[in-house]
Amino acid sequence: MNLIMEIEKEFKKEIPAVKPGDEVALHLKVVEAGKERTQIFKGTVIAMRGSGTGATMTVRKVSYGEGVERIVPLCSPILKKIEILKTGKSRRAKLYHLREGELRSAR
Amino acid sequence: MALGILGVKIGMTRIFNEAGAPVPVTVIQAGPCPVVQQKQPEKEGYLALQIGFGKIRRPIKSIVGHFKKSGLEQAYRFLREFLVDASELQKFPVGSQVKVDIFAAGEKVSVSGVSIGKGFQGVVKRHGFAGGPATHGSMQHRAPGSIGGSNPDRVPKGRRMGGRMGGKRITIHNLEVVRVDMERNLLLLKGAVPGAEEGLLEIKKRHKVSP
Repeated sequence: MNLIMEIEKEFKKEIPAVKPGDEVALHLKVVEAGKERTQIFKGTVIAMRGSGTGATMTVRKVSYGEGVERIVPLCSPILKKIEILKTGKSRRAKLYHLREGELRSAR
Repeated sequence: MALGILGVKIGMTRIFNEAGAPVPVTVIQAGPCPVVQQKQPEKEGYLALQIGFGKIRRPIKSIVGHFKKSGLEQAYRFLREFLVDASELQKFPVGSQVKVDIFAAGEKVSVSGVSIGKGFQGVVKRHGFAGGPATHGSMQHRAPGSIGGSNPDRVPKGRRMGGRMGGKRITIHNLEVVRVDMERNLLLLKGAVPGAEEGLLEIKKRHKVSP
């Protein structure tokens, strides 16, 4: 198992202590027409899962009335930076109920 | 005819390529494998390299003798042969070492190993039969169904039934080498390989395909 961790180490980076419920801004690297730029995705963390290089985070936002979710691998080189905009006070680990809340208010 | 190396499966993880896309990889610790014997056409009737791998706990004298004959101090647990051509045979004289640098990133390889034993399994798991309906009074859930008729009034040979599953030698072809780590003698292959962690694997260069 040790060797696996050694290989994973080179992909590990400093990740701030993010928790489900937090509002974050993800700085994502986007390659468009051969050019590289940073796209910022702002939203609420609704789930964190996995460990090692396989860990991911699900961030949800409502854009023009439409719910948008992005699942980002935490160790991915695409993820440049995580900014914590607001810390939430969620009592649960998975905030999937936020999806239904949005449906209800839309009606 | 392909040169190969022996290794053990360490486990799986995922890494990211230059584009930032995740790649599932199996980590294999392979070699260095000393060449113990060269099989020659004059003597054995074919060309092959016999290579050793793995620590041996209590070597038997007859085995130690075989390694001594090749000028090796130490005996190894596994001995395997790889059919090679004359040029490859020349490159690896007895006593030299086969290392992971015989592979390069991007190359396709074949991997053989003994699959994980599943014990006695039914026909649904072992052969992928559909089974019967689960409900509505069905009493045929995971049964194989009819296994033959009144003519020829016997079960045909080779009829797929339940039985021992796994624990067989399996070869997977065309796995991509993602990375070769000379320092730690590691190979990173894309995808899964047969067998349990710490199980012996034979990693072979791809057969040369005629164009």
